[in-house]
This record gives sequence, structure tokens and C-alpha cells, in this order.
Amino acid sequence: MNAPTLTGYNFAYLDEQTKRMIRRAILKAIAIPGYQVPFASREMPMPYGWGTGGVQVTASVIGPQDVLKVIDQGSDDTTNAVSIRAFFARTAGVATTTATADATIIQTRHRIPEAPLTDGQILVYQVPIPEPLRFLEPRETETRTMHALEEYGLMHVKLYEDIARHGHIATTYAYPVRVAGRYLMDPSPTPKFDNPKMHMSPALQLFGAGREKRIYAVPPYTRVVSLDFEDHPFEVNRFDKPCALCGAHGVYLDEVVLDDRGGRMFVCSDTDHCGTRQEQGHRGDLSTPREGSAA
Amino acid sequence: MSAALAAGFASPVHDAQAVFRCVMMAMARPGTVRRIAVPLDPPGCMQPAAAAAALALCDFETPVWLDEALSSHPHVREWLRFHTGAPVVAASRAAAFAFVADGRALPAFSTFALGTLDYPDRSVTAVVAVDALHEGMGWRLTGPGIPGETRFIAEGLPADMLDRLAGNRGLFPRGIDIVLVCGDRIAALPRTTIVEA
Repeated sequence: MNAPTLTGYNFAYLDEQTKRMIRRAILKAIAIPGYQVPFASREMPMPYGWGTGGVQVTASVIGPQDVLKVIDQGSDDTTNAVSIRAFFARTAGVATTTATADATIIQTRHRIPEAPLTDGQILVYQVPIPEPLRFLEPRETETRTMHALEEYGLMHVKLYEDIARHGHIATTYAYPVRVAGRYLMDPSPTPKFDNPKMHMSPALQLFGAGREKRIYAVPPYTRVVSLDFEDHPFEVNRFDKPCALCGAHGVYLDEVVLDDRGGRMFVCSDTDHCGTRQEQGHRGDLSTPREGSAA
Repeated sequence: MSAALAAGFASPVHDAQAVFRCVMMAMARPGTVRRIAVPLDPPGCMQPAAAAAALALCDFETPVWLDEALSSHPHVREWLRFHTGAPVVAASRAAAFAFVADGRALPAFSTFALGTLDYPDRSVTAVVAVDALHEGMGWRLTGPGIPGETRFIAEGLPADMLDRLAGNRGLFPRGIDIVLVCGDRIAALPRTTIVEA
């Protein structure tokens, strides 16, 4: 699927000075886990909101030997994932894959793959709003002071208000975490289902927010704890049924509407995980019969 | 400019990327020792790994401070200026990167920028040359990037290095980040790492 590499651009699109600037920000981000390092985000050949932060981080980290996987909500074949994968195939000439285990760098929009990540892999998150306190306190000067003083009571109040209103913590995505016992961090709008995967992950996790001009990181083997209360402990989303295509339990499922009479199915959000399981012969309730399945 | 200015990266784009990845993974996994596989023959007493880090990370935006052993050698300054364009400053507190060729004479951390509580990232990265780097023995390291604990030791640092590192850890989130180099080998001690005897 690799198109011919574009000529007239530097390797991985960005100029070398920009890469150095981003690389320095990444080093400080790793040294201060969860702290948002300001960086001079560039205009990219795609609109804000399409992963310009993640793309700049990937472009600064990637080398010719890397194998890149890009997912959008767990899927390898949606527009955002396909176009970013093609972008790096054309500007850096790198190999691409959809298999989690084969990738050295995985750029993601709002999911962490189901297959466990390994030592040496790099997970790059596209982040829209990096500041977890932003919707509680709009002033950057104030949120910066709150981080400096480790003053995170406001976030606990927000979660408490959830409980007061709904009887449980109703926050289901962008669920706030504490990193290495210090900084409050927005894990980007991943479902809270994925939060436990960040804790002590063997992979290096880098976060890029292009419009907001912030880079932050979670080094491998670092404590990532979801905020909660003693009497309302953190819980991940649970699903009543397994995946309708591969029968997997304990994975994050997407709801797919089938008709206008209320028909619906729940399938793995991670398309690579689902496809791999189906190849291994796993079947769900709505799988087509093996012999009759259209190619 | 001297007639014999030493060369920089043979392949500036790919060498810089390879060196950065090495430094990044060293920083992400404190106490692991990596080899920088980019051949360099820097001037003076600058170690090849320190030179590689300088070429990969320094430019006109990063004031650089050199210790006595490096700044007394005319070609080091010239080489850095030519290849990176980085201003070499006399005031250590103004530096984004500090290069120390004589690890035993490592200046007190308080002479460098340690960041502020609001902006802890505005702190120095010190690239310090040592006599030897040993993985799997010596100091006990814990903290982010380390599964459980690991053993690591660098020889050729001040006798009170562990006290200094403990003081640095106590400043968190402020503090200095240290990259240790020996020949073409590299390891890192970011400010998060707890180092004990």
C-alpha cells in the first residue's frame, strides 16, 4: 500500500529545526510525567482536530526503520487513520501495518489497542484538550497555578457532583488520572475502559495537542491512577454481551445500528483485534457462517 | 575558523533521528545503557555520545554552557557553533544544555536553571561525561520508567553525587535532568529517578 515517497519534502514532512524543538519538548515531557510542555506547534497540511499534535510528535520520533500503525477510535480503516498512515508512507517512506504486535509506533485517536503493548513500542495520542481542568477553570494562568500547587480539589468536586446527581461517577471518557503520584492528566478522550491499560504500561506514551500547543508523556512502567473515592471506586465500563463478530469478552464494544426498527449489534472497537480473533476461528452471534462468508 | 573543523553528522536527518531516539529511550528507561551507533570524531575531550546529543538537540534556540575542560579547548566551541548555531554562554543559569567533560568537577545543580513550579520544563539538561557506565550493578534505581527497581552505576562523578541526586528529587517537579555519556554509550537520570546506594 506504500505510495511512492514524495520528493521535495524533508523526511517525515517537518523541517529539522521544528523536529529538534519538538524533540526537546518530548524529553522534558518524559522527565516530568503528566506535565504539559508548551511547544511551538506548526501548521500542518490538515485541519486542527485531525490529529496535528499527534502527527507532529510522530514525525519527530519516527525513523526509516519504524513500522507505523494508526487507529481512529480503534479502527485502522477510517478516514483519519487511513490518511495519516498514507501521509507518513508518502513523506517518510516507512512501512505501515494494521497489526498491533508488528508496529513500533502506534498513533491513536481515542483508543488504546486491546492487544497488550510491549517494551519498546511507542503510543502517540492525538489530544484535543490537554488540560483536564479546562472545563472547570477556563483561565490558563489559574490552571497552571493549580498544577504548580498540586491543587486538584476541583476535579474531585466535579466527580462528587456526578455522584450527587447520578448516584455514580458518570464520566465515561477523558477520565482524569494522576501520573506518578503528581500531575493530574487528561488521558485524551479515550473511554475510561482504557485507563487501566495506561498504568505500568511497558510502552512509552506520548501525547500531542496541536491546536493547544502542548506535549506530555507517560514513561513506561509508570503509575497511572484514575481518580475516585473510597466508597465509589473507579470501575471500567462493562458490556452485557460479547462482540457479535468475534465473541470476545472484556473488550470495548461499539454499538452499530442495523435497521430502523431498533436492531443493533455490539462489535469490537479495535478492528485489528476483532479481525485477528476471527482469523483464529472465533465466532460471535452475528457472524456469517464460515463456509458461506463472502470474501 | 580552523582549517581542520571536525565533521558533523554524515546524514544530518537520519543521524539526528537515530540519536534522539537513543536519548529519548534512555530518558524513558532510566539506568539502561544504550550505544549511539552514529560515528563522530568530535574535537577536544568531548565524548562522541555527548557530541551526538549536541548535534541532535541544540540549535539557535538553546543556549549552551561548557565546563572548563570543554571551553578551554578552542575547537569545541567553534565546532558547536558551526554545526548547531547554538550560543555558548558563560552564565550557567541561562543554559538549556550544559556539557560537562569532567564529571568529577560537576558544578552544583543550583548553578543551573532548575525550572519554576509553573514551568518546570524550563530547566537544564546536563550532558555529563563519566569514566564508566554499568548496568545491573551498583546504585538502586526506582521511579517512572523502571519496572520495580534496577541497578546502575556511573563512575567518575563527585563523591556526594547521591546526596545531590536526592536533593534534586526533592525539588520535583523542578530539577535537572542528567544524560550520562561514556565514549559512544549513553544513559539518563531524569529528575524523577530515586537513586540510592
